[in-house]
Amino acid sequence: MRTRLQTWSLLVGATAVLALPMTSWAQLTQADFEPRLSMESHIGNITGHAKDAKGDYRRYCVVCHGENGDGNGESFPWVDPKPRDFQLGIFKCRSTPTGTLPTDQDLFDTIARGMDRSNMPQWSTFTKQERADLVAWVKHFSPRWVGEKPGTPITIPPEPEVTAERIKAGRDVFARVQCWKCHGVLGQANGPSASTLQDDLGRPIAAFNFTEGARPKCGDTDRDIYRIFMTGLDGTPMPSFADNIKPDEAWDLVFYLRTLMKQKSKEKQMAKQLGLKPVDPNAPAGQQ
Amino acid sequence: MRNRYRYSALLSVVVLTCCAALFLGRHVSAAGEGKITGTVKLDGPAPHMKGIDMSKDPYCSKAHANDTPTLQTVVAGASGGLENVVLYISDWSGPATVSTTVPVFDQKNCMYTPHVLAMDVGQTFKVTTSDQTTHNIHPLPNPMTGNIPWNQSQPPGAAPVEKSWKAPEMIPVKCNIHPWMNGWYVVVKGPYATTDANGNFTINGVPPGNYTVTAWQESLGTQTAKVTVAAGGAGTADFTFKAK
Repeated sequence: MRTRLQTWSLLVGATAVLALPMTSWAQLTQADFEPRLSMESHIGNITGHAKDAKGDYRRYCVVCHGENGDGNGESFPWVDPKPRDFQLGIFKCRSTPTGTLPTDQDLFDTIARGMDRSNMPQWSTFTKQERADLVAWVKHFSPRWVGEKPGTPITIPPEPEVTAERIKAGRDVFARVQCWKCHGVLGQANGPSASTLQDDLGRPIAAFNFTEGARPKCGDTDRDIYRIFMTGLDGTPMPSFADNIKPDEAWDLVFYLRTLMKQKSKEKQMAKQLGLKPVDPNAPAGQQ
Repeated sequence: MRNRYRYSALLSVVVLTCCAALFLGRHVSAAGEGKITGTVKLDGPAPHMKGIDMSKDPYCSKAHANDTPTLQTVVAGASGGLENVVLYISDWSGPATVSTTVPVFDQKNCMYTPHVLAMDVGQTFKVTTSDQTTHNIHPLPNPMTGNIPWNQSQPPGAAPVEKSWKAPEMIPVKCNIHPWMNGWYVVVKGPYATTDANGNFTINGVPPGNYTVTAWQESLGTQTAKVTVAAGGAGTADFTFKAK
């Protein structure tokens, strides 16, 4: 029985998929997500309720993110980067592996943090309850939160002490996994592939420039930076490096990235003392 | 109480019928499986495939020191046979078998080999890299289908990435670091085949019956044909795509 049912649902699914042109992803309307108004979020001991966020969303968010949560609000033409399409359930800032849904806490943190160098401000003015309600509201736009669970957050070991050896080891990781292909050897976002980068919807996108003093979009603590390259920023060219950088090496890389940043840091000072040179893009693999 | 008995009796009947149907179905298909063969051709001159400038990555351009890599959007042989066309049974209602073989999608000389990889829904495939340059492997399915996009780095010497897809879909895959690299995962349910360099194909394991066969080409679109397969026999379906 189940086989038949699966067969039919797959067939119907296949027909629906094949009937659509590749680039046009389904656009849901209110009738699709209204049944999900009972969506909840759980942040610590706070429970967010989607239906309670309707007023805040209409007042503060709708102008960019749109009535249908598809990122197609009135301001869409005027803002860059473009507002997030909540219907797809794809988010940059996650503690979870690439290709999985973020946790409620991830969305909660994003709302409070805002997105540096975008039109998304810090919404720390909301109470925690209001933010939790907005998280549930954001989730109610995508059918993915009905059938799928968020990914399991990656494990971040405690941050070790910064040492000259660790900074040098971080430079080796930077060279080995070739961060410079996009971010440039000095972190100036001018690597050979930087000019052709596109997001998942084919829109031009810039690599992060470490040297301008900007804050990374998904947070600027050491743990944030660790998480960014280990989970990747879904919807953008930034891939997950979780399979290719070991947890200990990841901390080394965090320390090295600090040396590229404009902001003053212990790491930057140590790199100066070491006389650390930028990586050589022409050196054969493993010979920096 | 009585209702519950009636319910379980009904359930057993349904389950038994299904088991019997499955068993018989398998029996019949195992005994009389046929195939569908044919050729896919291009009508008109093969479109010019642009050469790829890989000079931004010296590793890639060096790998092609003795040849000129070109885009693979339309690959036509000397006799007009079209390569990389996927043929599948679009009205397949049989069981959704999942092959246990693990096909490989390799990143070699900054190109995808093969350019088009067809597979069953749920079948595990493996992404490998033979290159001494970092790639990121970034499939872009429509998340509304149940297939979710992901994006993983593969630096030199990286271990293979093993994945599968949940739903039938033609999924473009690309590397953001090398923007010319693009390929396809064609995820289908039921028997399928991919054309060779001469445009020839054979779909094996087709039970007797009447089918609609669809031919999919990444830029030329799809075509369908009705095919009848007799027990142990071979149906034929030839397709011609007009050059654009």
